[in-house]
Amino acid sequence: MKKIIIFIFIYLISYSYSNALIKVDITRGNLDPLPIAVSPLHVESASENLENLDTKKLGINISSIIEKNFKSTGLFNPLKREAFVQKPDIAHLKPRFEDWRLIKAQALVTGKLSVKDKKLKVEFRLWDLTASKEMIALSFTTTPSNWRRVAHIISDKIYERLTGEEGYFDTRIIYVAESGPKNQRVKKLAIMDQDGAKTKYLTLGNELVLTPRFNPSNQMVTYLSYFRNLPRVYLLDIETGKQEVVGNFPGMTFAPRFSPDGKKIIMSFAKDGNSDIFTMDLETRVVERITEHSSIDTSPSYSPDGKYICFNSDRSGLQQIYVMKSDGSNVKRITFGNGIYGTPVWSPRGDLIAFTKVRKGKFYIGVMRSDGTGERLLTENFYQEAPSWSPNGRVLVFYRETKSGAQGKGFSAKLWSIDITGYNERKIKTETDASDPSWSSLLSK
Amino acid sequence: MKFNKNLRNIFLILFATLALSACSTAKKSQTSGDVYTGSDTVEYLASGVKDRVFFATNKSSLTSASRETLRKQATFLRKNKKLNVTVEGHADERGTREFNLALGERRANAVKDYLMTYGISGKRISVISYGKERPVNSESTPLAWSQNRRSVTVKVK
Repeated sequence: MKKIIIFIFIYLISYSYSNALIKVDITRGNLDPLPIAVSPLHVESASENLENLDTKKLGINISSIIEKNFKSTGLFNPLKREAFVQKPDIAHLKPRFEDWRLIKAQALVTGKLSVKDKKLKVEFRLWDLTASKEMIALSFTTTPSNWRRVAHIISDKIYERLTGEEGYFDTRIIYVAESGPKNQRVKKLAIMDQDGAKTKYLTLGNELVLTPRFNPSNQMVTYLSYFRNLPRVYLLDIETGKQEVVGNFPGMTFAPRFSPDGKKIIMSFAKDGNSDIFTMDLETRVVERITEHSSIDTSPSYSPDGKYICFNSDRSGLQQIYVMKSDGSNVKRITFGNGIYGTPVWSPRGDLIAFTKVRKGKFYIGVMRSDGTGERLLTENFYQEAPSWSPNGRVLVFYRETKSGAQGKGFSAKLWSIDITGYNERKIKTETDASDPSWSSLLSK
Repeated sequence: MKFNKNLRNIFLILFATLALSACSTAKKSQTSGDVYTGSDTVEYLASGVKDRVFFATNKSSLTSASRETLRKQATFLRKNKKLNVTVEGHADERGTREFNLALGERRANAVKDYLMTYGISGKRISVISYGKERPVNSESTPLAWSQNRRSVTVKVK
């Protein structure tokens, strides 16, 4: 991870929010996506060609990733390259605004790159075509193999400039890769870039693994493993591959998540058939009991300030969502609607809790305020659950399973994403079947 | 001809009624409430000793049929003093993964507790929950789900 630190030189910033004319409203969904032209980055002719990397194609490859990112938000409409009216290098110097406006573009991205002394240098500019001015200009220097991340970081910077909110493209998703028949599923931990590129498998599939979750610092993952047929919460260092059991519990531990500062793991521990919530401090190894109740208490998730915990319990008879202070006091039930509720996850912005709802044989992903009011169901399906938030709190990723016939025929599990507006539902491409996604925070922050 | 046609219709109706009632009795005989009562997936620890019991949706309480099965298991375990068992708790696919893990654990322990009240030492019984991870019937039907809501007693080799 450390070797892919990117040096960012901000050499020219023309932040002028007061004058900016184009701005994307992301609170209303994708009713009117912004037409944007992403000009292929100009590759300087003096650039070196490197092993395993065709520098000449880099300009177009980077712009393709940026276009794909923008399209996936549902907020932007990247225009077709064939219609572009200026050569990349000339447009980057100074676009002919009126010509770009002719193809109905409202924003334009231009850039150039060079590879010298095994360093990749990329610069880009974002132009407001309506106001005929530059909105942002940045340059990066990094190792050439990082070119995908450069594309994601550029996407983030433009998204931020146009929406006023943090981006989420330079991120990864960890999930469970699935294969084999439904009653003998082989499950492996897998990690990929947010756009589905660079999939890497982190376990071999010898034992069942479930529910991986990122530490906010991204280096570590906590998950459930059935190693030696003892289901326990584990900690995994993604970089070194080192794994260890969390704590020394005499029974099953499950449903782990990190505290917002990454210092604790909160999870369920099952003793004599009863599951309660515990935390373990990763430094001091001190274990603390948070709930003590004869019902099932599970799926805990901290508020981003660490002061509260939402969790799932059937203490009222059926699965409902509760909120308590992080020391376990002041337990309050927040769901009272028809149906049962599970998998509460607190938004990184703190305002909302995402959940799974089951009602009349249908599964819903929804969001509500942290006091339980303002429930909004975003999507209905035969089976779906386990939402995880994008780091800016705008998008949820979750998994969906299909109805299967005899012997599990037709069964599949896939990752999907949806905006919290309820718009822009998308299947995320994965190499294998996939479940239990967890979205990282921004890698470069 | 006309008489023949009428007769045929009557036969058809009769046949359909019979087929329908056969269907409904077949279903009835396989679940009670939504607890599976059939024996399609059941295996045996020894002659006459069923290896598993079934549960209602979201429940871990033992039915009278389940208690009968478990008393037979206890008798079997008393006779085979050196044998240890693992009780696996399972849930159907119609719940969230984490809650199902807790539910499977609760079901396995309900069985363990019952065996203990019939004199089997808790040291001989380990429990493990698989939640919804290991269905015995992979179909997405109410019947399959009822077969999957189960606790299975497995001999430890």
